[in-house]
Amino acid sequence: MWSPKNTSLACLLGLVLGAFAASAEVKFGAPFPELATFSLEGSLPPHEGRVVLIDFWATWCAPCKASFPFYSALQTELAPLGFTLIAVSVDKKAAPFDEFIKRFAPAFATVRDSGQKMVAAIQPPAMPTCYLLDRHGVLRLVHSGFHGDADGQKLRAEIIKLIEEK
Amino acid sequence: MKPSVLILPSILVACACAGGCSTTKLVRVQPWERATLADYTMRSDRDPLHTAMSEHIYFSREASSGGRGVGGSGCGCN
Repeated sequence: MWSPKNTSLACLLGLVLGAFAASAEVKFGAPFPELATFSLEGSLPPHEGRVVLIDFWATWCAPCKASFPFYSALQTELAPLGFTLIAVSVDKKAAPFDEFIKRFAPAFATVRDSGQKMVAAIQPPAMPTCYLLDRHGVLRLVHSGFHGDADGQKLRAEIIKLIEEK
Repeated sequence: MKPSVLILPSILVACACAGGCSTTKLVRVQPWERATLADYTMRSDRDPLHTAMSEHIYFSREASSGGRGVGGSGCGCN
């Protein structure tokens, strides 16, 4: 039976569900959206059947740039074991991106989400944020920020754990 | 008019107003949209001359030379 009390409860429930729907984009244990569907600028490396780390970064983000030497070393070390790192830049302008990539020449693949469509769909909570996927493309870890070597070693341990999974 | 008649319209208006709070896009710059905020020109200390003048005005007005950027307090007791 209709009553103002029932209506107010329904409205409250609607608000709560709406708020959750707005924030839930990617889920642990679920397949990560396919990168090829986002029209990223640059070529994606083959990554099927490999452990993949997707890193959102920008040239205006200091911690993002600080993570590059570590990520380069990680890619060089673990690529033969089945690991691929893909850095997705959210820079809208091409010039600072091109200049940084030319100067740094990272050992991993870098693509640019110039329209910020992918990052808007994934909604990382901070810059940088990286998403670790297992060999089946399932999201297993989300890591925000980069605070130096301690962060890097934790990430490396998680990657090795996934590489060793069969 | 009975008070109960006003309850439903009041709830609906409140929900319509509060509905805007459920989307973060209206009230918050997202982390990936902060390129302009991170620009050097957005720093308050980008101009050394302006910073020096501001400091001068601050300690002249507050009588606290060195009270902002030097170890110890402005009272001269440290």
